[in-house]
Amino acid sequence: MNLHEYQGKELLKSYGVAIQNGIVAETVEQAVEAFKTLQEETGTKFGVVKAQIHAGGRGKGGGVKLAKNMDELKEHAGNILGMMLKTPQTPGGLDGPGKLVRKVLIGEDVYAPDFDACKEFYISVLMDRERKQNVIVYSTEGGMDIEEVAEKTPHLVKKEYIDPMLGMQPFQMRKIAFNLGLSGKAFKEMAKFIASLYKAFVGADASMFEINPALRTGDDRIVAVDCKVSLDDNALFRHPDLAAQRDTDEEDPTEVEAKSYGLNFVNLDGNVGCMVNGAGLAMATMDIIKLSGGEPANFLDVGGTADAARVEQAFRIILRDPNVKAILINIFGGIVRCDRVAQGVVDAYKNMGNINVPIIVRLQGTNADIAKKIIDESGLEVRSAILLQEAADLVKKVVAN
Amino acid sequence: MSVLVNKNSKIIVQGFTGKEGSFHAGQMIEYGTPIVGGVTPGKGGMEHLGKPVLNTVAEAVQKLGADTSIIFVPPKFAGDAIMEAAEAGIKVIICITEGIPVQDMVKVKAYLNNKDCRLIGPNCPGIITPGEAKVGIMPGFIHNPGRIGIISRSGTLTYEAVDQVTKAGLGQSTCIGIGGDPIVGTTTKEAVQLLMADPDTDGIVMIGEIGGSMEADAAYWIKENATKPVVGFIAGQTAPKGRTMGHAGAIIGGKDDTAEAKMKIMESCGIHVVKSPAHIGATMLEALKKQTVY
Repeated sequence: MNLHEYQGKELLKSYGVAIQNGIVAETVEQAVEAFKTLQEETGTKFGVVKAQIHAGGRGKGGGVKLAKNMDELKEHAGNILGMMLKTPQTPGGLDGPGKLVRKVLIGEDVYAPDFDACKEFYISVLMDRERKQNVIVYSTEGGMDIEEVAEKTPHLVKKEYIDPMLGMQPFQMRKIAFNLGLSGKAFKEMAKFIASLYKAFVGADASMFEINPALRTGDDRIVAVDCKVSLDDNALFRHPDLAAQRDTDEEDPTEVEAKSYGLNFVNLDGNVGCMVNGAGLAMATMDIIKLSGGEPANFLDVGGTADAARVEQAFRIILRDPNVKAILINIFGGIVRCDRVAQGVVDAYKNMGNINVPIIVRLQGTNADIAKKIIDESGLEVRSAILLQEAADLVKKVVAN
Repeated sequence: MSVLVNKNSKIIVQGFTGKEGSFHAGQMIEYGTPIVGGVTPGKGGMEHLGKPVLNTVAEAVQKLGADTSIIFVPPKFAGDAIMEAAEAGIKVIICITEGIPVQDMVKVKAYLNNKDCRLIGPNCPGIITPGEAKVGIMPGFIHNPGRIGIISRSGTLTYEAVDQVTKAGLGQSTCIGIGGDPIVGTTTKEAVQLLMADPDTDGIVMIGEIGGSMEADAAYWIKENATKPVVGFIAGQTAPKGRTMGHAGAIIGGKDDTAEAKMKIMESCGIHVVKSPAHIGATMLEALKKQTVY
């Protein structure tokens, strides 16, 4: 689960990480109030208006603007709120439809009074799968695309691995601060910043923190200007307060609905829908569709209990996509009995009445023969297969038509 | 022979009396798996499915001589259950549980570093040595005793591979479901090493998926050390970048963890890579006929 910038900053702040102060607003009026409050509380002269969507590269799409006075702030907030913001990371990229901006964060100007005296850094925390340890990735090249920095100048991206048993040690904080070229007050502030950041990462069961940029201000403070925060879905039971911050507006509505039925669904661009039990087999089924000349319209894992109700919900979700020209159902029955799934398919089909795309059902495993018989004798426009290759051949035939 | 589990294993079930634990323990016993008892804290002294229930794993090791444990404990408590088994001296720990927080596994993995045991999983279907011991949730009847070892990160896709191998007229020595999480106890490479060293395994099917570098690590090892043919498949050739595909570990982060990149590396290391998951069994049969010697 991802947090918005304003939510992520609140989380960081609660662990003592210094952040760029800001107030979130949903209307221009709220933005004006927020700016006033911010000016009173922080003494900032300028304000930054930042679109709150779950995607990076917001500045590139015009979603981040500096306002030098109230009039400019009003103008920027008015423009950004309600816009369809396109960034390299929104669906379809800069050529896609973009994402609707529902909220803006009004932030203080942390670069004042002397922009040139400031220095931007890159700091992220994540779990390294190969080392099975948390790692802090950092660079002096802040404010840039870190993948590009890593490709062109790999020596400028450094890593510090954290011992899972001992946690972050003081020498590691010092090492990071020294490697970032800091001294004096800024050095101490950075060590403190890193310590609090790591505490927040572990404390919130995060899967990724990315602070880009982390700023050394003109008066040698270290401040998180932006933050991307992803949390481990499996650990949300420990953090009901964070789980409550999920913004389903930022997610695909069909995927949100599927989840409420216990279906694991990912929307894709293709023309052949699929319904599978198990994630690995679901990915393999998508591959089969592609190899048969189609393109997968979705990933869908129906889980361990593929009964009639669930099959019907899955059908409805897949068929909502007008691009779907065929559906491949691929179930390997282990504990799940194929005859029950087959009956579920037939019942769902009859219940729904007007399914007018060809359906290919491949049921293998427990009671596969009985299942095939149920499908074949149902009188429905459903083609059945037992072997995966037979299913692939059927998809090929349907797609070719 | 086989690897990890066989008819002489002394197996206990952690989370024995729970719904999942009871159901699958029943299935395992029915298969003929040597289950010697189970552990559910607070229910020690009871009998369940005709086997003794104990309060702690340590007690199960002491009283029943347990050396293998299968875990059905809910995600909240599963990390703790793994550490309890390791501390008690269990040698093979198989964790079926899906949904364990990653930070729990970071700690568990570090804890296991100093222990003499092997963890399989979590988020896996388990291990089976057909005809001897089914220590997992897989359907027993699709398996057939034989000489092909199977390694996979997924459940039903493993069954698919098993079924194809069986239908090709071959059987399985041991099938190892290593699990679909970002952190797993036994990596693809370690599982390959076990089967490569097993005198009763003639060929290995290695099924991977997008995310991480486990398959590439295994492939490089295979290139230098293989003595048996390996057939490989990577699921997720059509998966989009940055999306989790069901398994917590199945996500493309960088260019090295795409299916395409992995298959390329595997091919260059002499693995018989199949593009279609429907060709796993037939390709294994072909590879054995050719008896490719590395």
